[in-house]
Amino acid sequence: MTASSTAVTQVQPVGSLLPTGHLRRRLIVERIVRAILGVTALVSVVATVAIAISLIRPTLEFFTEVPLGEFLTGDTWAPLFEPAQFGVLPLIAGTFIIMVIAVVLSVPLGLLGAFYLSEYASRRTRAIAKPVLEVLAGVPTVVFGFFALFWVNPEVVQRFYPVGKVGTFSALAAGLVVGLMILPTMVSLAEDAMSAVPDSLRQGAFALGSTRREVCTKVVFPAALSGIVAAIVLAVSRAIGETTIVLLAAGSNPQLTLDPGQGVQTMSSFIGFAGIGDQSTGSTGYKTIFAVGTLLFLITLVLNMFSVRIVRRFREAYE
Amino acid sequence: MSTISDARPDPREVGVDLHDTTAPRRRVLDVVFRVATAASVVFALVMLAVLLIDTFMTGQPRINADLVKNMPSARPARAGVQSAIFGSLWVVGLSAAVSMPLGIGTAIYLEEFANRDHWYIRLIELNIQNLAGVPSVVFGILGLAFIARGPLSWGFTVGTGAAVLAILILPTIIISSREAIRAVPPSLTDGSLALGATRWQTVWRQVLPSSIPGIATGSILAVSRALGESAPLILLGALTFVTYNPDSMDDGYSVLPLLIFRYTADAKAEFHVVAAAAIVVLLAMLLVLNASAIFIRNHFQNRNA
Repeated sequence: MTASSTAVTQVQPVGSLLPTGHLRRRLIVERIVRAILGVTALVSVVATVAIAISLIRPTLEFFTEVPLGEFLTGDTWAPLFEPAQFGVLPLIAGTFIIMVIAVVLSVPLGLLGAFYLSEYASRRTRAIAKPVLEVLAGVPTVVFGFFALFWVNPEVVQRFYPVGKVGTFSALAAGLVVGLMILPTMVSLAEDAMSAVPDSLRQGAFALGSTRREVCTKVVFPAALSGIVAAIVLAVSRAIGETTIVLLAAGSNPQLTLDPGQGVQTMSSFIGFAGIGDQSTGSTGYKTIFAVGTLLFLITLVLNMFSVRIVRRFREAYE
Repeated sequence: MSTISDARPDPREVGVDLHDTTAPRRRVLDVVFRVATAASVVFALVMLAVLLIDTFMTGQPRINADLVKNMPSARPARAGVQSAIFGSLWVVGLSAAVSMPLGIGTAIYLEEFANRDHWYIRLIELNIQNLAGVPSVVFGILGLAFIARGPLSWGFTVGTGAAVLAILILPTIIISSREAIRAVPPSLTDGSLALGATRWQTVWRQVLPSSIPGIATGSILAVSRALGESAPLILLGALTFVTYNPDSMDDGYSVLPLLIFRYTADAKAEFHVVAAAAIVVLLAMLLVLNASAIFIRNHFQNRNA
C-alpha cells in the first residue's frame, strides 16, 4: 500500500497526471483516516506509560520514607497501624501460597482436560464441553469469591482439612477457587498448543504401535511443550494478580505462614484492602499501595514477557 | 555396550519371544489415563454446576422485583441493588463507547496500514500483549493516581470508573479484532486494491463488513468482562453505598460486582442472601450480553452466506 501511494506522488511532475477531483479527495481522506487510526494505536502506549509514571513517583517517595532493605527483609506487614511496619515478606509468602495452590489444581487438571478435548473427545462432545468451559471462564471473580467463602471453605476445606481447625478465611479455599478460575484458560491455551502439533507425528507414533496415551504423553506433550509452558506462566501470572477472590476468601491478615489453613494477604489483595479504607493522598499508607503495586507489576511483567517470548518461538516452529 | 550390540542375535536362532509382555500394563494405563482426562473436564463442569446451583438456592428467597426496585440499604430486609445496576450500565456503557472505537481502530491500523518492519510498530504490538497481562488491580492504581486524583482529578465518579475499565478492556478488544480482520481472505483485499480502491476504501467496504461478526463477538466478550470486573473499582470509590442512580459522568456510583462484594463481606448472614440474589441478577445481565454476541454472529454469518 505504501507502494501505491508513492507511485502516485512520483508521477506528480507531469502536470496532467496530478490527482485531481475525485481521486485527490480520496487520497486526502486516505491520509486523514490513516492519521486517526495511527493515533488510536498510540492510546495503548500512552496507557502503559501512564501506568509506569503513576507507579514510579509515589514508589520512589515511599522508599525515601521506608528503607528498601526493611521493605524486602522485614517479616511484619502492618503499614496502616501505629507503629507502622513495612516488611513485605508476609505478602510475598501469602502470594506464593495462593499461587502454588492454584497452580497445583489448575495445571494438571488443565493439561488432562486439554488432552481430552484435543486427543480423545468426539466432535459432538467438544461442541458441548468447550462453550460450557467458556461460561466458567466468564464467571466474574466476585462470584468466585462468594463461592470460595460460602461453599468451598465450609463444605470442603473446613470439613476435610487434616491438621487443625480452619476459620472463616483460608488460603486453601481462596487458592483452590483461583485455580478453578484459571482452569478454563489453562485448558484452552494448552489445547491450542496441542492442536497445533502436526497430525503426521501422531500417525507415525500410532504406526509404530503406540497407544493413544503414549501418543499423548510421548509425542503430543513434548511437541506442544513450549505452548504449554507459556500457558502455565500465564496461569501463574493470573494467580498472582487475582485480587477479589483472595480478598473475600483469604481475609486480610498478613501473616508469615506456609500453612494453607490460615488466612493470608497477598500483594494484590493488600492493594484492594488498602483501597477500601480511603487513604489520604500523600500519606505513607497511600504510597504503600504504589510500592506494592510496583512490585506486583514488575513480577507479572517479567512473567508476561517470558510467556510472549516462548509463544513466539513456538509459533515459528510450526508455521 | 559395544559387546552387546555387536552380538545382536538372530531372533529365530535364539527363539526370542516377540510377544509384547508390557501390553496388559499399557492397556490398563491407557484406560486410567483416558478416564483421568475425561474426569478433569467433568470436574470443571461439575464445579460450575455446584457454583450456579448453590448461589441460586442461597439467593432464592430474595430473587424478586423488590431486589431490583430497592436501593442498597444497611437493613438487609430492604436492601436492593437498583443504583448498582444503573451504575454498572453507566460505567460499562461509557467504557464500551470509548474503547470499542479505539480498539477496533488500533486493530485496523496494525493489520491494514502499519508496516511491521518498523521498530515502533513492534513496540506497540509488544506493549498491547503486555498490557493484556497486567493484573486488573494495577489499572485501579493508574486510575487512582492519574484520573481520580493527580492530573485529571475527576474524583470517584462514573467517568473515572469508565475510563479505567475502557483502558482495561482495550487490549482484549484489539487482540480479538485483529484476529477477526486477519481471518478475512487476502483475495478479497487484493481484488479490491487491484480494482483501484484505496486502502481505506478496501477496509471500509470489504474488510470491515466481512470481519464484523468476529469483531462484535470479541468486543462484546470484552465488555462483559468489564461488567464483571471488581478489583480496580475497589480503589476508585465504587464500594460505597449509593442510594441514588447516577445521571451524569460526574456523579458518584457503585457497580453490581462491588455491591455484591460489599454484601458478601458483611458480617450479617442476611446480607449473604441478598449477595447471592444479586449474583443471579449479574449473571442474568452477562447472559443477555453473551446471547446478543451469539445472535450478532449468527445474524451476520447468515447474511453473508
